[in-house]
Amino acid sequence: MTNSIEEIEFSDAILAIGTNTTENHPVIGSCVKRAIRQHGAKLIVIDPRKIGLVDYADIWLRPKPGTNVAILSGLMNVIIEEGLYAKEYVAERTEGFEAMKEALAKYTPEFVSEITGVAAEDIRTAARLYAEAKSASILYAMGVTQHSHGTDNVKSCANLAMLCGNVGIEGGGVNPLRGQNNVQGACDMGALPNVLPAYQQVANDEARAKFERAWSASLPAKPGLTIIEIMDAAHRGDIKGLYIMGENPMISDPDLTHVEAALKNLDLLIVQDIFLTETGGLADVVLPSACFAEKDGTFTNTERRVQRVRKAVDAPGGAKADWQIISELSTKMGYAMSYASAEAIMDEINAVTPSYAGITYGRIEKEGLQWPCPNAEHPGTKYLHRDKFSRGLGLFTAIEYRPPEEVPDEEYPFFLTTGRVLYHFHTATMTRRSEGLVERCPESLAEVNPKDAEKLGIKDGDFVTVTSRRGSLKVKASVIETPPEGTIFMNFHFGEAAVNLLTNPALDPVGKIPEYKVCAVKVEAA
Amino acid sequence: MDQKLSLTINGKAIEASPGQTILEVARENGIHIPTLCYYKGTTNVGACRVCVVEVENARSLVASCCMPISHGMVVMTNTERVLTARKLVVELLWSSGDHNCLQCEKNGNCELQDLVYELGIEKPGFEIAPLEYSIEDTNSMIQRDLNKCILCGRCVRVCNEIQVHEVLDFSMRGSRAKVGPAFDESYIDSNCVFCGSCVDACPVGALTFKQARFKGRPWEIEKVHTTCPYCGVGCQMDLNVADGKVIKVTTDREYGRPNQGMLCSKGRFGMDFIDSPDRLKTPLIRKNGELQEASWEETYDYVAKKLASIRKKSGPDSIAGLSSARVTNEENYLFQKFMRAVIGTNNVDHCARL
Ligand code: SF4
Ligand code: SF4
Ligand code: SF4
Ligand code: FES
Repeated sequence: MTNSIEEIEFSDAILAIGTNTTENHPVIGSCVKRAIRQHGAKLIVIDPRKIGLVDYADIWLRPKPGTNVAILSGLMNVIIEEGLYAKEYVAERTEGFEAMKEALAKYTPEFVSEITGVAAEDIRTAARLYAEAKSASILYAMGVTQHSHGTDNVKSCANLAMLCGNVGIEGGGVNPLRGQNNVQGACDMGALPNVLPAYQQVANDEARAKFERAWSASLPAKPGLTIIEIMDAAHRGDIKGLYIMGENPMISDPDLTHVEAALKNLDLLIVQDIFLTETGGLADVVLPSACFAEKDGTFTNTERRVQRVRKAVDAPGGAKADWQIISELSTKMGYAMSYASAEAIMDEINAVTPSYAGITYGRIEKEGLQWPCPNAEHPGTKYLHRDKFSRGLGLFTAIEYRPPEEVPDEEYPFFLTTGRVLYHFHTATMTRRSEGLVERCPESLAEVNPKDAEKLGIKDGDFVTVTSRRGSLKVKASVIETPPEGTIFMNFHFGEAAVNLLTNPALDPVGKIPEYKVCAVKVEAA
Repeated sequence: MDQKLSLTINGKAIEASPGQTILEVARENGIHIPTLCYYKGTTNVGACRVCVVEVENARSLVASCCMPISHGMVVMTNTERVLTARKLVVELLWSSGDHNCLQCEKNGNCELQDLVYELGIEKPGFEIAPLEYSIEDTNSMIQRDLNKCILCGRCVRVCNEIQVHEVLDFSMRGSRAKVGPAFDESYIDSNCVFCGSCVDACPVGALTFKQARFKGRPWEIEKVHTTCPYCGVGCQMDLNVADGKVIKVTTDREYGRPNQGMLCSKGRFGMDFIDSPDRLKTPLIRKNGELQEASWEETYDYVAKKLASIRKKSGPDSIAGLSSARVTNEENYLFQKFMRAVIGTNNVDHCARL
C-alpha cells in the first residue's frame, strides 16, 4: 500500500476494485464500513460479484469478468473529458499525460459500456464521485492482479489515482491489499528471482558486489525463474532439485495436473512445512517446521509495517523454526550460518537492506514501524511519494484494453472466477483444522446464479460437474445472487474440489501472475 | 491550539481540552472512576450509572462518561453520596442475574466482580432474580449466558460501531430487555461473522470463548503479544497460553495500529491447528517409496549430499527454491541467501503471485 490502513477510515471516497474486502481483509473491511457509516465517505465498488461491500456502496459497477482496464479507462475518459482531473498536480508532479490522454480518447462511457456491460451513466457517476473527493483511496486485491493483463490493471489504478492527485496525500493512494500475512516481507527480503533484499537487482554489478562482500560468497548475475517457470522447467527436466519451504503448490498453483507431473519428475523434492501437505506427500524429504506461535521473528503487513512475531509455545516433537533448519543445512553444506536468534538475523537485514535499516527489535517492541525506515531515528513512513515520486515524476502509462486469454464460447459457456471465503485461508491446511471455522464453512461450494441454476435444472445443494479445457471436478452448488448470470465462483481452499484443476495458467507477461480470475468452463448437473 | 479549561477533581487542579468528558479527564490524570457500559471508541450511552460523580452546584449526580467538562467545574469522585449511589447500582446488577462465580470463566477478570470487591458489598440488598435463560451452546466459538448479562450494551456497540458487522441489537425493553442477533436468533443462525469482538468487550461472563472453558483461569494465563499469521492486515493479538497450550486469542486495544483491537474469525478462532495431532514432528525421508522417520542428522546429510551432487552434475541452475509468504522476514532472508550464496542460483520465488 502507498498509504496506511488507519487513513482509510478518513478518506473522503473509497474505490474498491477486485477486492472482496469484508471477507479477505475483514478488519480493513470494517475500516471501510466505518468510513461510510461514521464519517460520510463515498464508496464505489467495482466487482462482477455482489460482494459484502456492495450493501455499503454509493454506486456499484458490475463489469464482466476480465474487463477492469476498460472500466478504469472509462472512468479516466470521463474525468479528463469533464475537466475534473487535478491539473496542477498533473502538470507539476507527473509525466506522460498527453500520451495517456490520447490512448484514453476512445474509451467513452458508451464504448466501455459495450465491453463491460456497465451502463454509461453509471460510469459517469462513479467517475465524478472519485474525482470530486478531496482524498480518495483505491483499494485492490487479487481481482486486479490475477489476470493475464494484471500489470495493466495495476497501472490503470495508478493512472487514475495520479490523475486526480491522490498519490502522496493523506487518505489517498493506490492500495493493494496483500493476501498473505507476509507476502510483502517475502518480496522485501528478496525471495524473488530477480532481486536481492530491498529490490536491489541481481543483474546490477554494484548491488551484487555489496552482497558478495556482506555474505563472503560469489553470487550469480542471471535472474532466476519464477514459480510457474520453475514448474515448467521441472516438467521439462531442467530443474532437478526443488526445495519448498511452507508452500503447497499442489493446491495453489494453476493447472494442477501439470504441477503434479512436474514435481514427480524431480530427482529431489524437499518440502519443509508444519503439516504433511498435498505437496509434501510427493516429497523425497520432509522437514518439520515450527509454526508462527512457536518462534520469534517479524512479518511485514500490507501497509509495510514490520511487526513482531513472538514464541508462545514449544514446537511439537523435533520440529524446528525454519530459520534454524536453513542455518543448519547451510552449515552442513559448508557455508556456516550461526545465528543465535531471529534477532541476530534482523541485525544482518538492517545492515544490507536500506529500507529496513532502522527497524530493530528494540524499536518495534510495542508497535511496528513502516518502511522505508532508513536509520535508527527515522519514524517510519506512513505514506509514500509525499513530495515527489520515488522515481521523480509520476509516470502515466498509456494502456489498451485486452480481453482475457480465455472467454466463454459455445463449448465452455461460463466464466469461472476464483477467490477466498471469510472462514478459510489459502489451501486451508490451518483453517480446516479449526473446529469453529469448519462449523461455519464445512465444504467447498460453487456459487451459481439462480437464473443459471434454473437453466441447468439444479437446486441449491445439488452437485454439479465443472469442466474446463484442463480438467473437471464435482462440487456442490450454492444457488445465490452473488455471481452474475453466466459466471460461477469457486474458492480454492479445498483439495477435494481443487479449483486449480480448472484454472488457466496463462501468465501476465510482466507480473507472471496466472489468470486465476477468469477462465471458461461448462457446468452440468452431476 | 484550542484553549484549555481548568477544573478540579477531588481538589486537584487540572487543565483539559473542551469537549472532553469528566471521565476522560479523570483517567488522563490517574484518577480512578469505575465504569461498566463505557467502551472507548463507541457512543457514550450512560446506561449503567456506575461512573456517577458529584459536580458542585449540579442537582443530581452525573454520569461522568457522558458529561463534558466546563470551566471552573468542581468534581468529586468518591463522596459518601457517590459511593452510596454506586453501591446501589452494583447491588441491582448483582441481583439481576446469575452471578455465581464458581464456574464462571470470568472469575478473576470480571468487571462486576471487581466492583463488588472495590465497593465492599457483602451481599446485595435485593433478592436474586431466578434464572431466565438457558445457556446458548450452539457453536464451539462463542458461549452466551444471558443470565449473567448486565445489559451494558458494549457488545452491541462494538458489533455496530467498531466492527460494523451490524448483527447485535437490543430487543424488548425494561426488565425483559435482552441483547443478541436480530429476531432472537442464535449466533450460529445469525449473520454473525465470529470476529469475537463482542466477547472481548463483555465485562462479565455473559459472552465467553467456548473452547477456552475450563482450560485455564485468568491468573494462570500468559498473554503473548504477536501478529496474526493469516492475511496481510497483520492484526496484533494476544495468544493466551495456559499449561503450554494456546487456549484462546484476545486483543488489546492499547496495541493500536493496524487493527485497533479488531480481529476476524480466522485470527480469533483459527488457531486449533497449532496443537493439531497432524503436526509433523520428525524429518521424513522417502525409502523404498515410503516416507520414513529419520533423525535430523541423517536428513541433513542426505539433503546436503543430494543437493551437492545435483549441482555438480547439472549446475546450480538445475536447483530451485520456493520461499514462503507465510514465514517470517528473517526466514525469507535466510532462504534467499541460502539459494544464492550456498547453492549459487537465483531460482528463488514464492507465491506472491498466487
Ligand atoms: S462475533 Fe463479531 S459479528 Fe458476531 S455478534 Fe460478536 S461482534 Fe458481532
Ligand atoms: S452480553 Fe455482555 S457486553 Fe453484551 S450487554 Fe450483556 S453484559 Fe454487556
Ligand atoms: S485477524 Fe483476520 S483480518 Fe486480522 S490479520 Fe488475521 S486474518 Fe487478517
Ligand atoms: S460507565 Fe458511565 S454510565 Fe455506564
